[in-house]
Amino acid sequence: MKHNDIMLSFKGDVTSEMLTSMLQIMEAKLDNLGEPSKMKRKVYNVLVECLQNLYHHRDEMKRIGIDEESAAIFMIGRNDKGYNIVTGNYILTERVESLKGKIDHVNSLDKDGLKTLYKEVLNNDERSQKGGGGLGIIDIARKSGQNLVYDFMEVDKRYSFFSLYINIV
Amino acid sequence: MGKISIEGTSKTPTVVFDSQEGVLELKGRSIPENSIEFYKPIVESLNDYSDGPNEFTKVNIQLEYFNTSSSKCILDLFKKLESIHKGGSDVIINWFYEEDDEDMLEAGEDYQAIINVPFKMIETPVDE
Repeated sequence: MKHNDIMLSFKGDVTSEMLTSMLQIMEAKLDNLGEPSKMKRKVYNVLVECLQNLYHHRDEMKRIGIDEESAAIFMIGRNDKGYNIVTGNYILTERVESLKGKIDHVNSLDKDGLKTLYKEVLNNDERSQKGGGGLGIIDIARKSGQNLVYDFMEVDKRYSFFSLYINIV
Repeated sequence: MGKISIEGTSKTPTVVFDSQEGVLELKGRSIPENSIEFYKPIVESLNDYSDGPNEFTKVNIQLEYFNTSSSKCILDLFKKLESIHKGGSDVIINWFYEEDDEDMLEAGEDYQAIINVPFKMIETPVDE
């Protein structure tokens, strides 16, 4: 196995306060490592999108009665090649197909394709309640420059567990 | 009339809007969880301003980070500016980015491609 330093891992309910603390910790760590500002910015940007994704799905999780302690997982590690981020959260099984389709589509696009898609989604009038309107995944793919690896595990008919693996090199 | 001055935090930008001077500035970070709520008063003020804008409106955007939830709100501001520009007033959007921050430059260019307002991309030295 490749040497991988885990910098931060978390399991539980991603509240606004928790999210803020994790970002502060990670920013301090990235500063201490003396990472070039370019890499620092990319990692920080992807972190923000990942953690806010988890945060925005809290209400959905509460509605379907997922225990807060196991609501979400998050991990960021570092190896000689760069950074890797893993997130995991429950989603409604009925949403699996559309999310899968979205990630597959993002993965099928090159840099220019992602740029075009980003502008399209940015400029459409759809938006989610909190404002993002589906830009998060596209932005993560653009910033990481790598395919997004994912897995869906059906827990039961009602909900599934969604894991997302992101590499930033 | 309309004047906004919001001090920046670790998640929200410093915002200055002065309708008399015709200046709007966003500076710092824009990564709130709920961007719509944060941007609402700014969009509203700009809305009021668009009823009788100055001959010249200057917009300075100097962001270090912004999340995707903010990006739609920033587009809302720009669309308002586009309608002011369309109405015959001069508008310029100065988009600042640190010299090695290609992503931020590209983000500015993405807006430039969507919004029909003159943009000026301004490189700033890296702030280590």
